[in-house]
Amino acid sequence: MTTRAVTSKELTRKIFNKEDLFILDVRNENDFNDWKIEGEKINYFNIPYFELLDGVEGILDKLPLNQEILVVCAKEGSSVMIAEMLSEAGLTASFLQGGMKAWSEHLEPVKIGDLKGGGEIYQFVRIGKGCLSYMVISNGEAAIIDATRMADTYLDFAKNRDATVTHVFDTHLHADHISGGRKIADESNATYWLPPKDATEVTFEYAALEGGNVITIGNTAIDIYALYSPGHTIGSTSFVIDEQFLLSGDILFIDSIGRPDLAGLAEDWVGDLRESLYSRYKELSEELIVLPAHFMMMEELNDDGSVSEKLGELFAQNHGLNIEDEEEFRKMVTENLPPQPNAYQEIRETNMGKVSPDAERQREMEIGPNRCAVR
Amino acid sequence: MQSKKILDAKGLACPMPIVKTRKAIQELRVGEILEVHATDKGSKNDLAAWSKSGGHELVQDTEEDGILKFWIKKG
Repeated sequence: MTTRAVTSKELTRKIFNKEDLFILDVRNENDFNDWKIEGEKINYFNIPYFELLDGVEGILDKLPLNQEILVVCAKEGSSVMIAEMLSEAGLTASFLQGGMKAWSEHLEPVKIGDLKGGGEIYQFVRIGKGCLSYMVISNGEAAIIDATRMADTYLDFAKNRDATVTHVFDTHLHADHISGGRKIADESNATYWLPPKDATEVTFEYAALEGGNVITIGNTAIDIYALYSPGHTIGSTSFVIDEQFLLSGDILFIDSIGRPDLAGLAEDWVGDLRESLYSRYKELSEELIVLPAHFMMMEELNDDGSVSEKLGELFAQNHGLNIEDEEEFRKMVTENLPPQPNAYQEIRETNMGKVSPDAERQREMEIGPNRCAVR
Repeated sequence: MQSKKILDAKGLACPMPIVKTRKAIQELRVGEILEVHATDKGSKNDLAAWSKSGGHELVQDTEEDGILKFWIKKG
C-alpha cells in the first residue's frame, strides 16, 4: 500500500464540506494543544512521532480501520514516515503536504457577493490561523484589505481576473500576523493606506486612512467609506463597501469582539471599544453584511466556508454587543483575556517596518492561532 | 562538558535528527553524554521532549550562528 499527499486546499474543502476526518497529529503534545487543525467533524489522536520509531503497533487500537488517517506534523517529514508505517501495517494513511507550516499559509478565496455597480467581493479564508482578508474587484481595478504575508496569492488572483491592484488597506496595525500590504502595494504600484494613529512609529511612506475618506475602485464607483472605530487599537478603522458590506477589522467578529490589550493599553481603550461597538456601529444599517478580519471557531463558518453575518443579527446574537452594564463590559475585555498571539510584539515591529526578519523567521513568528478576540 | 560522542545532524530535516540521535545514544553507556549538532529549528523542542520521554537528560543546549548544539546524558 502507498500513502498519498493531501494538500491544504483539499483539506480545506473537506472541512468546509463538514466531512468526517481522522487526524493523527505526530507533533509534541504542547504544540498540538496550542494549535491544531480545527473542523466540526474531526477526530484526533496525538502522539509524537519519536515515540513511534519502533513501530506503530502500540497505537493501532486507537486508529480507525475503515477510514483514511491523515498524518500531520510540523513540516511534513515525520508525517510521511509515519504514514508509510501505517500503510505497511495495512491501514489507509495519507499525510498533509507541507505540514502545519503549509496549513498556516493556505488561503482559500470564497466569493462573498456581487457589487451593485458591477464587480465582486472575495474573502480569503486563512483557515489554519483564522485570518480573513478581502479583495474588491471592479472594472479592472482591485482593492485589498488586511492582506496576509502571502502577497503572491493576492497578486495572482487579481492578475487572473485582469485586475490591477490600485489600493491596499490595513484596518489597523496587526499584532497576530505579518501584513502583506506594503509588499503588494510596492509590487503593483498601488497606494498603501494605514490609520495614522496606528502608524506613528512606522518607517515607510503610507497614505493616511481617516474616518470620512472615500476611495473609489473602478470607474463604476464602488465606494469604500472609512469609519474610524478605535478599540482594538487606537487607529482601528472599519469600511463600508458599496453600501452593502461592513469590514469590521478586529473590532467586531461573528461570535466575539476585539480585545483591547495587544498594543498594551487595555484599560485606556475599553471606552473607545465600547463607543465603537455600542454607538458608532449602532448608527449603521442593520442590513450591512459584517465581514471581520478573523474567526475563532469553525462554527463561525457558513456552509460555503465564508465568514459573514448581518449586522442586525450580530446586535441580537453576539454576547459582546449585549452587555448593558459598562463595568461588566470593562471587566470582560480586560480580565481573563486569552493568551496573547505568538511573538505579537515582534510581529507589530515587523508591520511597522522596524525589523525585517527573514522568511523562515516570519513563518515561525506566525505559528499558532490569531487570538485577537475576547468572548 | 565531556562528550563521549558527537553526532553531526546539520542540514538534516525532521525526523532525521531524532532518528540519528536515537541510534547514536544506543551505542553509549548510561551516564555518558552525546553531543548533537543540528540546524533544524524544530529539533530543539523535539529533542527536549524525546529526551524526557526516553528517560534521558538534556543537560544543556546552545544556539550560535544558526547551529543548535545539545548535550544529552543517557538515562
